[in-house]
Parts: sequence; structure tokens; C-alpha cells
Amino acid sequence: MFGYSFHWRTVWQEIPQLAEGAIVTLQIAVFSMLIGITLAVLLAVARRNEGSIASRLASVWIEVARNTPCLLQIYLAYFGLGALGINISSYAAVLGAIAFNNAGYLAEILRGGFNSISQTQYAAAHSLGMNSFRVYSYVVLPQVFRVTFRPIMNQSMWALLNTSLGMVIGLKELTGATQFAQSRSFRTFEFFLVAAAMYYVIAKIILGLAALVQWRFLKGGR
Amino acid sequence: MSAYSGLSWSDLLFLLDGAGKTILLTALATLFGTVLGIALGWLRDSSRLVGWIVAPYVDVTRSVPLIIQFVLFNSFIAIAGYPLNPLWSGTIVLSSYMGVFTSEVVQAGLQAVRPELRRAGRSLGMGYWTEMRYVTAPLALRVVFPSWIGLVIGLTKDSALVGVIGYIELLRASQILINRTNEAILILLGAGLFYFIICYPISRYSQTLERKLKQ
Amino acid sequence: MIEIKNLQKSFGQHHVIKGIDLTIDKGEVLCLIGGSGSGKSTMLQCINGLHSIDDGKVLVDEIDVFDKATDLNKLREKIGIVFQQYNAFPHLSAIENVALSPRVVKGMKRKDTLDLAAKHLEHVGLGDKLNHYPSQLSGGQQQRLAIARALAMEPEYMLFDEVTSALDPELVGEVLDTMRMLKDEGMTMIIVTHEIPFAREASDRVAFFDQGKICEIGDARQVINDPRELRTRQFLERVLH
Ligand SMILES: Nc1ncnc2c1ncn2[C@@H]1O[C@H](COP(=O)(O)OP(=O)(O)O)[C@@H](O)[C@H]1O
Ligand SMILES: [Mg+2]
Repeated sequence: MFGYSFHWRTVWQEIPQLAEGAIVTLQIAVFSMLIGITLAVLLAVARRNEGSIASRLASVWIEVARNTPCLLQIYLAYFGLGALGINISSYAAVLGAIAFNNAGYLAEILRGGFNSISQTQYAAAHSLGMNSFRVYSYVVLPQVFRVTFRPIMNQSMWALLNTSLGMVIGLKELTGATQFAQSRSFRTFEFFLVAAAMYYVIAKIILGLAALVQWRFLKGGR
Repeated sequence: MSAYSGLSWSDLLFLLDGAGKTILLTALATLFGTVLGIALGWLRDSSRLVGWIVAPYVDVTRSVPLIIQFVLFNSFIAIAGYPLNPLWSGTIVLSSYMGVFTSEVVQAGLQAVRPELRRAGRSLGMGYWTEMRYVTAPLALRVVFPSWIGLVIGLTKDSALVGVIGYIELLRASQILINRTNEAILILLGAGLFYFIICYPISRYSQTLERKLKQ
Repeated sequence: MIEIKNLQKSFGQHHVIKGIDLTIDKGEVLCLIGGSGSGKSTMLQCINGLHSIDDGKVLVDEIDVFDKATDLNKLREKIGIVFQQYNAFPHLSAIENVALSPRVVKGMKRKDTLDLAAKHLEHVGLGDKLNHYPSQLSGGQQQRLAIARALAMEPEYMLFDEVTSALDPELVGEVLDTMRMLKDEGMTMIIVTHEIPFAREASDRVAFFDQGKICEIGDARQVINDPRELRTRQFLERVLH
């Protein structure tokens, strides 16, 4: 085709490196989601108390996360903090920035979830002697996570795709590792095609696990 | 901008040029992507066969990082012997990306119009296109428009990735200047403000619109 | 004993409770009747501190509900409440709904709470629905579930706020029967209801609420069969015909 001969063997030899990159990718995707969800719960709860300082700070976080490019957020974590004399690794910068980004989007998703829960659920739980922390942990949040399960999973897809931005600051996640591996043979197309396939498979595995979780743990109720 | 910021006038012009390129690229991809998306969404809605045929394209576009789509397309056209300048390869990839997401919201919009209503239009003697023009399309538009605005915001931010294939839009320009001037924070905050000023008002507008249309 | 002294409560400009004095003894069943908006729910929710108050006192076993030093969560373990709206926790099965607060509030072992929950569900006639989710239960069953959930905390007082008002007529009986059963077991109860015949036969005293005040209170038969106040008479005529 086009007088170009594809060299798949070169790619095959570098598969272990790509696999290592894929593990970094998966790690960042998973950790950034876990951190993101935790922060998002705090942001969403802070936002419920309208007019307070915490609520305003939460709004700023959410709007900045959603209205600037994720790559810019990564640059800020990497170069911005660097300029302040805080040098963090590219791994930490990418993880931190994507967690920041996830938290903004997830907080907005959770807000919808909170709004869907009626006031009587709070009254019922309080009247059984639960303090606010228990009301949230046993009654409100489990319901919020059920209603928002799909959009949360959707966000985890974005987290996975966003990890590829790590390449730009030299992190060897899947895209970065691919970039590095191809730079010796310049078989760019072959390498990135394999990387694309790997992303595709990882995405499907995450969706499969999500379906499993939903089927196994989130049945009943709503 | 004077000595103490470490940024010169030419640096500022360089950034402004990048900002202009961000806008140009976003505008082109919005235009082509929307046209592609409407056509694709309509085809997917009206023909199950087309739905089947384009499903893998849609699925792959949504499951593979955009950055990789840029690199793959760029190296593919190089292999094929038709290299394009970064603006055009960026526009093509972003339009395809925008087209896929637009087709999804268009399809959802068309499906949100109840079949009874569509049949009612037809039974009043309207032809397919008349019915589409006066019944289905206006109703679908109410569902599609707020989501479409969301996609344009996404596109504005995603245009930042075209830097990887050598198109010096705002964020790539910022990165080049960061390496040269050590004014990382100032430059990044400036660039961030640029994106924010474009995206935030539009997203607020789309939220208000969505609330209004729901009533 | 529950003592309410000169209770006052406003929502913003809207004066809802205008000085209520009321004492409910251990073992007594008191029914509250009155038009909608007269403040019955508000007063009920003041008893377990779900609303704040503007003036007056509420004492439950001599504990001041609105004293800052009072542990409201501890106090609420003593007072069960069931609302008009169904509010079973939709993500939990019937047995988990009932077992939840004994476990997380009282710190009982999971196994023990499940036994306890099964016992209370059987008691209200839901022994065959332990693993059903609220969405799989009828309105009457959901209200009985809510009663079992409150009883599992082993409260000394039970408050009922129009628990049959949202039910289809054919489901009202089963919930009223459950409350009758609790009366026979000696539970102290305050019941807001529109079921006048039930109020007459199941309660010791009846209080008629009108515009944020108790207009008339007395022996159940007397208030309903032979009200002293004109407004009570007018209200009863309206709801009974
Ligand atoms: N949370 C609230 N905020 C504002 N007004 C309220 C609230 N709850 C009740 N009210 C008002 O207080 C009045 C008494 O309500 P309520 O106690 O529910 O009456 P009842 O239970 O007798 O029907 C009504 O006019 C109602 O609109
Ligand atoms: Mg009421």
C-alpha cells in the first residue's frame, strides 16, 4: 500500500514497554478517579451551603476545571508549580491535574444526584438518631452514587483518555511510552495504531467492569 | 509588559497569534464537524444499516485519545504521500471528532421527537421533508442545541491538542514561551483566562437555555 | 412524659404555632386532628427537634429538646416518627432498612440487627417481604416498613404524621391495625390523622388544632361525639360528610 511497507515486528519487540506504559495509564486513570470522587463529594457538599465561602471556593474550582483545557491544568501543575520552586514529577503533575479536572466534572454530576433525593430522606434518617455524617454515608451518598453511576463511569472514560496528555510533559504512560518507543525506528503509524488498540481494549475492560459492578452491587432500589 | 515580567512585545504578539489560531481552528472544526454530525446523525437515525456501518467509527473515535487520533492521521497521510499542513490535518481530525459527538446528540434529538408526532405530521399530508422541516427538526433542535453548545466548548479546549502535530495554537505557543522566558505562571494564567473567558459565558448560557427549554 | 410549654414557631414572617401547651403521659395515645396547614406536622417535628423553635419549651422525659447541651441524636433514639410521605431508603431491602440504624447508631452487631429487623418486620406483618426493595412494596407495606424501622430503635414514644393520607383507601386498614396493635402493647403515641372514627376508638384523648393553637382537647369520645367548641363542630361536620 502506497509503496510503504509496514513493520509490525519492530512494534512487537517494544510491546513490553508499551505494556508498562499501559499500567501507568491505568494507575493514573484509577487513582485520579478515586481522588476525584472524594474531592467531588466535598465540593458538592460545600456547594449545597449557598453563599458560604466554602461554597464559593467550590464553585471556582468547578468552573475552572470545566472551562479550561485539561492540558493547561497539567501545565499549571508541572510548569506553574515548578516556577514557584515546587518541583513535582510528571507523574504527580498528571495525576494531580486529572484528579482536579475529574473533581470539577464529578461535583457537577453529584449535584444533580443530590437534587434528586427528597428532603424526607434526610428527615427520616435524622429521626432514627443518625448524625449528619451517618445520614450522608449510609443514606444519601449510596443513593447519589446509584443515580449518578452512568455519568460517573462516563467521566472515568474521560479520565482514561486524558492520561494520554502525559506524553506532552514526558510522562511514559501509554501514549508517552509509544512516542518514546517509536522515536528510534520512526514507525510512528504502526506504533500509534497498536497504542490506539490498547486504549480501546482498556476502555472496554473498564466499561465491562462497570457493568459488572452495576449488576452485582447496584441492583434493587432505584 | 516590561523588563520585570521577562516578556517582550513580540512574545505577546506570539501568544496573540496563537490565540487567533485557536479560534480559527475551533471555528473551522465547528463548521465542518456540525455539518458532518447533522448528516451522520440523520443517517444513523433513519437507516439501521448506516447505524451498523458507522458504529465502529463512532466507537473508536470515542474510545481512543484525541492526541493519538492526531498523530495517527498525520502519519497516515504522510505514508499515503499526501502530507497536509498542520492546520488542515488538525481541522480534519477535529471535525471528524466533533462530527461523531454531534451525530450522537442529533440522533438523540431526533429520537426525542415522539413517533406519534412524526406520523401525525405525515398524516396531515406533509411530505417527508416538509414534516422534517416544520415538525421534527424544530423539536429536535430544542434538545440538541444546549448539548451542541457543550460540544463547542469541548472543541475549544480540545483544539489545544493540535499542538502535538506542530500547529502553534495558544497553548503550544505558551509552552514554547515558558521554555524561553521562565514566566510560566504569568503565561499559563493568561492562557487559562483566555479559554475561561470564551468557555464560561457560553456554558452558563447553555445551562440557562437548558433550564428554560425543560419547562 | 412529653411536655410542651407555650410553643411558638414561625417560618419567616409566617407564624405557624401560636402558643401550645400540651402534656402526654407515658402509655397515653393522643390523636391530633385539624385542617391542613394548622401546624400539626410542625408541632410533631418540634418534639424530636427536626425544626427549631422560637419560644417555649419541649421536654421529653424532662430532657429539654432545645437545650444546646442536649444530644439530639441520642434523644431521637427514644422517639420514633413515621411521616405521610413514604420514605423507606430505596437503596436498601426491607430488612436492611430496619437493621441500618441499630447497627450504625447503636453499634449493634450486624447479625443481631438482622435478627432484630426480621422480628420487627414480622411484627408488622411483613415477615414474607424481608428481602423486597421498597419499590416492590405497596404504599401500605411501605408505611408498615417505616413503622418497623422506627420500632427497631426501641423507642419509648411513637409519632405518626398522617401516615394513611397518601394511601389508596383499601390499604388504610392494614396501617391503622398496626397502630391499634401498638396501642394494645402500651406504646405512648401521638397520632396526626384524618381518620376520625379511628381517632375516636383508638385514642385516649383527642386534640383539635386550629390556626396554630389547640382549640379543644379532651376525652376522645367527648371531643368527637360532642364537641364543645363551634370550630371543632364545624371541622368535624366538614370531614365526616
Ligand atoms: N419548612 C417550611 N417552611 C415554610 N413554611 C412551612 C414549612 N413547613 C410548614 N410550613 C407552613 O406552616 C404551616 C403549617 O404547616 P403544617 O405544620 O405542615 O400543617 P399541617 O400538618 O397541620 O397541615 C403551613 O402554612 C405551611 O405552609
Ligand atoms: Mg401535615
